[in-house]
Amino acid sequence: MRRLHGVRLPHYKQTSDMPFETLPLPEKVVIPMSMHMGKPCTPTVKPKQTVAVGECIGTSDAPFSADIHASVSGTVQAVTDLRLMNGTVCKAVEIEPDGLQTPFAGLTVPAYGSREEFLTALRRSGGVGMGGAGLPTHIKLNPPKKIDFLLINAAECEPYITADDRTMQEKPLTILKGIRRIMQVLDIPECAIGVEENKPDAMKIISEAAEKDPAITLVPLPPVYPQGAEKVLIYHITGRTVEEGKLPADCGVIVMNVSSIAFVEEYFSTGMPLVNRGLTVDGDCIGKRCSLNVPIGTPIRNVLDYAQCDYEKLDRLISGGPMMGQCLPGTDYPVTKTMNAVLALSEAEKRRTTACIRCGRCIQACPHRLMPTELEKAYQKRDVARLEELKLQLCMLCRCCSYVCPANRPLAETNGLAKAFVRQQKEAAK
Amino acid sequence: MKLLRVTPSPHIRDNMTTQKIMLCVIAALVPSAVAAVIHFGWLALLMMVFCVVCSVAFEGLCRIIMKREQTIRDGSAALTGLLLAMNLPVTLPLWEAALGCFIAIVVVKQLFGGLGQNFANPAIAARIILMLSLTGDMTNWIQPRTAVSDFSYDAVSSATPLVSGTANIMDLFWGSTGGCLGETCAAALLFGGIFLIGMGIISPVTPFAYIGTMAVCTLIYSGGDVHFMLYHLLAGGLMLGAFFMATDYVTTPITWQGKLIFGVGCGILTFLIRAFGNYPEGVSFSILLMNILTPYIDKFTMTKPFGGIRKAGSKA
Repeated sequence: MRRLHGVRLPHYKQTSDMPFETLPLPEKVVIPMSMHMGKPCTPTVKPKQTVAVGECIGTSDAPFSADIHASVSGTVQAVTDLRLMNGTVCKAVEIEPDGLQTPFAGLTVPAYGSREEFLTALRRSGGVGMGGAGLPTHIKLNPPKKIDFLLINAAECEPYITADDRTMQEKPLTILKGIRRIMQVLDIPECAIGVEENKPDAMKIISEAAEKDPAITLVPLPPVYPQGAEKVLIYHITGRTVEEGKLPADCGVIVMNVSSIAFVEEYFSTGMPLVNRGLTVDGDCIGKRCSLNVPIGTPIRNVLDYAQCDYEKLDRLISGGPMMGQCLPGTDYPVTKTMNAVLALSEAEKRRTTACIRCGRCIQACPHRLMPTELEKAYQKRDVARLEELKLQLCMLCRCCSYVCPANRPLAETNGLAKAFVRQQKEAAK
Repeated sequence: MKLLRVTPSPHIRDNMTTQKIMLCVIAALVPSAVAAVIHFGWLALLMMVFCVVCSVAFEGLCRIIMKREQTIRDGSAALTGLLLAMNLPVTLPLWEAALGCFIAIVVVKQLFGGLGQNFANPAIAARIILMLSLTGDMTNWIQPRTAVSDFSYDAVSSATPLVSGTANIMDLFWGSTGGCLGETCAAALLFGGIFLIGMGIISPVTPFAYIGTMAVCTLIYSGGDVHFMLYHLLAGGLMLGAFFMATDYVTTPITWQGKLIFGVGCGILTFLIRAFGNYPEGVSFSILLMNILTPYIDKFTMTKPFGGIRKAGSKA
């Protein structure tokens, strides 16, 4: 089968043999009410109220939402406003830990007899896609169509990040139990785990654990970014194409991040909602790179202090990988449910943006075979019809085009602007 | 602590830059430059250095006069100068070479907007204009290794192998025949071309399509005469054109399908001009003609996006 294009990146998977360490409790946590795709939650706690680990502190009636839980036991200090990375402002609950980490007394191991009960329980778990997008898990596992293939995304194609890699190495049985649980509840006959070949240890551990299960296969994938992009992964493993405007469910597939699966299983065996997350701490300003297990809401500064960050050299602080990750506005920003890595990078070599020389590298790099240089020209002319003709909407902003451009042109960034522009024009036309 | 910088992703970039690409192409021309010095003496080196300096100077001046950002550091002007020198006979008066550089850099490149905006290959266009206006000087070929001293030649001029039709195949391969500086030694050009393909700078599609089409056409025309075919592949500017001119990013199609059409088109045109035209050589004309067709080729060879659906009734 023909493979989709992409780029070969340096891997920098320097933390793949470093087990998750537990970060000492911070002096305060700030838990944002929006850590998922969908409507932000409304805080359900008031200042001075005491909370326990796993207690719900924010909820919403909207179907596209995931509850928020206290990650520490302690006292609520304030309900404040927090500016998120995307520029919007949401409520956040500040809690001062008491250091005891008392679990919430109301937590029970969820029991379910039907798919509906399973989803209702999941909704209370606060689970979201932990690979980055943050789609609430109860939405993901409630597809509108019949699913015949469960695809576990363990590609982890971004450089540096090893959070999924470590989860696979440390919790293979939890992952497999989680897979079987979901296959049974949703009645899915087949499952594949897609892993990039640059994770030999995780591959070995998972394949040994899955050996006796004919329904679950491990598929090694070449380490070509963006191997872990949903549509790319589906095509490479199942041969199915998710067409423009369609969802994976439309071709019978659910794609789920491997760490999300591990969480789902842990939730159904312990009843503890999503309050911690594993993340990779790396970058050239980090003195002691590590994999860390962190209470959600922990200020990044605590993570950086623990990892001996060189604040003098620090220039950019990135949440996620170097390809798609976003720059953090400050060191007091909290760790969120979808943050799989914190990268502390020093100043990059300054490069001038020069004229397009039509080398075609962006076209060769695009997994969707789009023409980024043509899209850029169309956006400069604000030509909506041409942008549509060039299939702008297929662009998933993987940034391969910007990465390879020898003229340092902001191609993917332009696509992001063009998408917003087209959306705006369409809304104005209504 | 310093302020944090907030930039859009990606936060890492590939090492390849426009400047490095240009330097790679210049490096790939070094074997040809060495061959030119061996065959035509130090005057060949003078010609190459002169053209590079002139081109860079014209580019720099242009950018200053037009009050645009200075671009001489990207290396494209130096490359154009070197490529132009490769297309000139060693005996050409230097002022005529300078005129060539002016045409290439100022008229063909900068007046159209600079790097990335020119519709024709600057070196090819300059060669054609010089050829048509200064035909005598531009076709004053000398026999290689006939230099009496470092900077003068005896009067033995010779026809290019394409006119005489009598050169030895091995002489054509190693370049000991009359012709322009850079186009006589096929071996050096092949070496440079393979280097560029290996470095991922040029796509192998264009040279293969171009040379392959020429091979097929000459074989059919001559009724299967392999000697005739090799003669036409190695003589004249075909190797230089196929590896260094028809692969210019700016003036050739952007997708591999487009490059294939471009290469085949160049091959057919070169063959037609050589076999039936008034000019013995057709490489420059064919590349220029295909340069002009490039926007149309691009239009018909757009990629088909993965996952894209064609809407009924849309023209795409």
